Amino acid sequence: MSDKPEINPGRRRIIVLSATAGGAAAVATALPFAASMLPSERAKAAGAPVEADISRLQPGDMQTVEWQGKPVWIIRRTREMLESIRKDDDLVTDPGSSVQQQPDYAKNAFRSIKEEFAVIEGVCTHLGCSPQFKSVEARAEMGPDWNGGFYCPCHGSKFDFAGRVYKGAPAPINLRVPKHTYLSATTILIGEDKKGA
Amino acid sequence: MAATQKQAITGAGPLNGLLTWIDQRYPLMSTWREHLAEYYAPKNFNFWYYFGSLAMFVLVIQIVSGIFLTMNYKPDASQAFASVEYIMRDVPWGWWIRYMHSTGASAFFICVYLHMFRAMLYGSYRQPRELLWIFGVFIYLCLMAEAFFGYLLPWGQMSYWGAQVIVNLFSSVPFIGEDLSVWIRGDYVISDATLNRFFAFHVIAVPLVLLGLVVAHLLALHEVGSNNPDGIEIKKNKDPRTGIPFDGIPFHPYYTVKDTFGVAVFLLVFCIIVFFAPEMGGYFLEYNNFIPADPLKTPQHIAPVWYFTPYYSVLRAVPPMFNSQFPGVLAMGISTLILFFLPWLDRSPVKSIRYRGPLYKSALAIFVIAFFLLGYLGTEPTNVWGQFGDWLGGADRATVAARIGTILYFLFFVLMPWYTSIDKTRPEPQRVTS
Repeated sequence: MSDKPEINPGRRRIIVLSATAGGAAAVATALPFAASMLPSERAKAAGAPVEADISRLQPGDMQTVEWQGKPVWIIRRTREMLESIRKDDDLVTDPGSSVQQQPDYAKNAFRSIKEEFAVIEGVCTHLGCSPQFKSVEARAEMGPDWNGGFYCPCHGSKFDFAGRVYKGAPAPINLRVPKHTYLSATTILIGEDKKGA
Repeated sequence: MAATQKQAITGAGPLNGLLTWIDQRYPLMSTWREHLAEYYAPKNFNFWYYFGSLAMFVLVIQIVSGIFLTMNYKPDASQAFASVEYIMRDVPWGWWIRYMHSTGASAFFICVYLHMFRAMLYGSYRQPRELLWIFGVFIYLCLMAEAFFGYLLPWGQMSYWGAQVIVNLFSSVPFIGEDLSVWIRGDYVISDATLNRFFAFHVIAVPLVLLGLVVAHLLALHEVGSNNPDGIEIKKNKDPRTGIPFDGIPFHPYYTVKDTFGVAVFLLVFCIIVFFAPEMGGYFLEYNNFIPADPLKTPQHIAPVWYFTPYYSVLRAVPPMFNSQFPGVLAMGISTLILFFLPWLDRSPVKSIRYRGPLYKSALAIFVIAFFLLGYLGTEPTNVWGQFGDWLGGADRATVAARIGTILYFLFFVLMPWYTSIDKTRPEPQRVTS
């Protein structure tokens, strides 16, 4: 043994290589842990469609159904409410529903299959709060051009009775219309449409 | 063996033998000397120097009360709310332990905010204490995470919708946002999976990191030595014979006694709140959280607890751009992360406010006012002050005020290199003043 410790390049190389391999193995070990935080098979399966009975829904009223843990509104719109949607065309960001926030069969003036019944996910497209029903009578607090619709209490986004977002709101796009189909005149299946897809 | 050559301990009476036995197998006396009996702190500490040790004291309160809460709490979406009610009503002294924990959360932030403000007053983040400051900012961020995770656990309306909003902030991150928020929740909505993992983070993961950071913070402090209200280095003036700074006094017993007094006063205030005003008028415990979480109904008005409201105001103040809320989220993130850069933004030749000029003093005052303004506005809905007339497009007055507050908040940091370097400072003294 000499007094001066000398660097042995061969040993040094083995140390670097084994440390690199060990580091890679440690990173690879972290992946299953990270993956364990993804939705479980049970959570993925929980999105089953739900049936809503609308036989007792009065004109101008709405009912809320829980689907995939989210509120889904069914609104029975009166003639005046439908008129108000037409009046809102200039006030909303995406009047023609060009952004895919609805199935193709709901891509129309009232964003619904039947004009009378709106089926809309009550989840604000901003940060996920659930907006509140505000009739046209709420004009005093909502401003002079308010024709009725929904108001998000969290950050003040406004939507009309077709779930279309007002210009200038923090929410970027319209409320989502879920897949749905009519099983009978008074029963709506939410989460599945005719194709069963 | 080297260890057996250590001197025997004297002066501990009947414990001399035991302590000597331990010291020969463990760095007992050297640790005691390095961090307490022979850690020389400046002799001119004032009121502001209570809050570091108080924050540590609150950490102990939180850990102890937290351990006892977990004995009865159930991290299960169908049982969580009821288990908190059970703690409050049926568990002997359960109400006391829980109020201690909920009041402790607010007390922790009060101590930490005052502790950070002290650093800004006296330039404690300046060279050579940059790393000490960085550890401190990490502690602050950990504390925010800890408070956020803990707030979901009672599974009340505010728990649920607060978590909903904050987790959705991540979904505004471009490209990966949607997947990221699903990964955080472990589900497509805030659910039992989310509650269970937040419990894991709150009870073990974050506290472990927090404790490690506190140790690092203290080790860094004891390496460089404490700053003081004059912002001068006491190590520059040492007694040539002993190597002890002239202006230093041993931490123990001088500051252990001082801090014990601080703890006594703190406990007096703390107990008054715990026993007589644990809800603090809705600021420490929000009334909406006494209603069980309802995924179908958002409360009329949602707001975070007071210690997050300045940042929440920043989030709300920034309007959406390019059809995205991300700019607001980014501004909120930067408003906390910018603290990391404080040591390098400050170009003043002096550290302490005592010798700084009018520019820094005004800037700090404006910053404090902006912080309080943002904090207040974050507790209120955006229409709290009504709307401007048509001349400002009918904008909410509070939103405009929050925008001004946000700009002032950022200007304090962004303009700091400029105003600290041209400020008229006074010369620092050679020795600390009383």
